[in-house]
Amino acid sequence: MNIVVCVKQVPDTAARVVVEDGRVNWGEAELVLNPWDEYAVEAALRVSEEHGGPVTAISIGGGEAKEALKPALAMGCSQAILISDPALKTLDSLATAKVLAAAIKKVGGVDLAFFGRQAVDADNGVTASQVARILGWSALTLVSVISSLDEQGRSIRVERSIEEGRQVTEGHLPAVLSMVKDFGEPRYPSFMGIRKASKAEIPVWTVGDLGIEPPTSTVSWSEVMNPPTREVTCEIITGDSLEAMAESLAGKIIAEKVL
Amino acid sequence: MSNKIWVYIDHFQGEVLPTSWEIVGAGLELKGKFGGGVTALVFGQGIENLAQTAIHHGADEVLLADDTSLNDFRGEPFASLFSRLAKDAKPEVILFPTTTRARELAAMVAADLDVGVLTDVTALDVQEDGRIVATKPVYAGKVLSKVVSSSPIQVITIRVRAFPKPKADEARGGTITRVKPAIGEGEITTRVVEYKKAEEGVSLVDAGVIVSGGRGVSNNPGLEPPSDITDEREQEIWRARQGFKLIGDLARVLGGAVGASRAAVDAGYIPYSNQVGQTGKLVSPDLYIACGISGAIQHQAGMRNSKVIVAVNTDPEAPIFKLARYGVVGNLFAVLPPLTEALKKRLGK
Ligand SMILES: Cc1cc2nc3c(=O)[nH]c(=O)nc-3n(C[C@H](O)[C@H](O)[C@H](O)COP(=O)(O)OP(=O)(O)OC[C@H]3O[C@@H](n4cnc5c(N)ncnc54)[C@H](O)[C@@H]3O)c2cc1C
Ligand SMILES: Nc1ncnc2c1ncn2[C@@H]1O[C@H](COP(=O)(O)O)[C@@H](O)[C@H]1O
Repeated sequence: MNIVVCVKQVPDTAARVVVEDGRVNWGEAELVLNPWDEYAVEAALRVSEEHGGPVTAISIGGGEAKEALKPALAMGCSQAILISDPALKTLDSLATAKVLAAAIKKVGGVDLAFFGRQAVDADNGVTASQVARILGWSALTLVSVISSLDEQGRSIRVERSIEEGRQVTEGHLPAVLSMVKDFGEPRYPSFMGIRKASKAEIPVWTVGDLGIEPPTSTVSWSEVMNPPTREVTCEIITGDSLEAMAESLAGKIIAEKVL
Repeated sequence: MSNKIWVYIDHFQGEVLPTSWEIVGAGLELKGKFGGGVTALVFGQGIENLAQTAIHHGADEVLLADDTSLNDFRGEPFASLFSRLAKDAKPEVILFPTTTRARELAAMVAADLDVGVLTDVTALDVQEDGRIVATKPVYAGKVLSKVVSSSPIQVITIRVRAFPKPKADEARGGTITRVKPAIGEGEITTRVVEYKKAEEGVSLVDAGVIVSGGRGVSNNPGLEPPSDITDEREQEIWRARQGFKLIGDLARVLGGAVGASRAAVDAGYIPYSNQVGQTGKLVSPDLYIACGISGAIQHQAGMRNSKVIVAVNTDPEAPIFKLARYGVVGNLFAVLPPLTEALKKRLGK
């Protein structure tokens, strides 16, 4: 199995993100590997452990995005590639998908490309489907279980998490998979892994290396704002007994007319 | 087919997800700003009746595809058909609900048409020139962004409960146009084998009321687990089950759904499908009751848009009280049963 996993660098979910002077600012908060992509890396590594083959982690970003590739290497990916180019400064989803599809083609002979379910910056959750569509590969999104993988028969069976439960779906290889949390907890990088990752050479590919024209983005954020603050003062319910408190709270909930 | 506003109706085996009707509502709000009325697209098998229902909800026209290859939602046949129709009829706006299926369809259709896609938006504004300026929460709702697509076809998915559901009117009429699949089974690389249905219950994302439990639901040392449970972790889970039973009782009386914090999910108290938060479900019920939940920033990300928040927590300093309209400082095991009783009585149940 020749495996690719696409990972994105995002601000830590615990970061305080605010708009200052019309721009999004997360202060000193760390940029991290998108938490959903950890599941994608985990899935890629497990498939590789069972079926063999290299796992290549790919990220599009500025030079600092190498930092998101290091945890992927530390977890066990065989190599990492950063796609970085001034022409790729602000990419919308479709432009991102076009670049990733071109990169997957350039890696060559890829059987499975793993994605996170969404990137926690904009929570778009569309890139995996778009890459599959551009490549013409099977799209298996929101995968919680990889039930079987038949290398000879070139097929994979998964369980997908949908609103109504699980959908058991089979697809031909090559396939694009996006992973959800149910798949299982991502491993911690080993000490050796961290050492290896810190020394790893991460090649940088430009748009030119991919042999494509820089794709045009059509989606833009025209304005960013802080959300209106929640104007609430909490009324603490008191009473002589639990029953009295319950009666009082029940009355207030009913009066809110939300039932 | 001159309607320039298209809406996609998502359903599972003929059962329409309620948020689909909200999307028709969103489409109706755009009427007058784009040419013609609203066209609804309904794909599936044995779902002809849904076309009529879509008209009752406000669609002027329905493009109906009823075919065995469309029996299960699959990206390839659905996107191929949708994109072919869109290339022919050139709508200006296509609205999708943000469900698992429709999000995928929107993504693929946008790729096929080489246009942008705006996802999970909460409001729509139309400029003079017909550009839609949509509002989208980003960074887990810590920031609001205005998003615009400069593409000739504006593809947008709309967040659940962001628009009101139009009232159905059985007397409304409209045209139904039948369309045929764009590709055959031989060109489709995926196959649905079967479904494993989740337990029945009120769906979290559509719920008007949610009662959620956190790590606090296992914290009742007074409860004695049965003597055959000796493992400490199992005892904790047993205690948590008793706590979630109280939460479930309250949810049932209110006709609501049960949610949870990640700590409760990670500890094995309740399945991940119940998790609310940044890496769980985004919810916006009218009433959210958080029990034994501290209110970490990642939990808030999933529920801060609830209309009225009530918190039950032993710690008066818990951050959840900063979001809550009403708070009870106390042990949920003591607070919930009388609250459930009081509400039951008042609601005449
Ligand atoms: C990348 C990332 C993503 C995350 N995503 C999510 C997410 O999607 N959703 C989410 O919820 N969290 C998420 N978290 C975790 C989050 O940071 C918190 O750890 C989690 O929300 C804590 O859950 P909790 O409030 O149940 O537990 P705690 O913080 O331990 O709080 C338990 C609360 O219960 C109270 N309590 C204890 N006993 C009782 C009792 N008997 N009666 C009443 N109150 C009691 C305590 O006072 C305390 O306030 C994420 C974290 C990371 C790093
Ligand atoms: N810049 C990027 N570089 C590499 N992978 C990405 C990038 N953006 C998105 N992805 C992948 O696509 C998934 C979904 O992203 P999104 O559609 O933006 O929510 C992420 O979880 C990643 O796996």
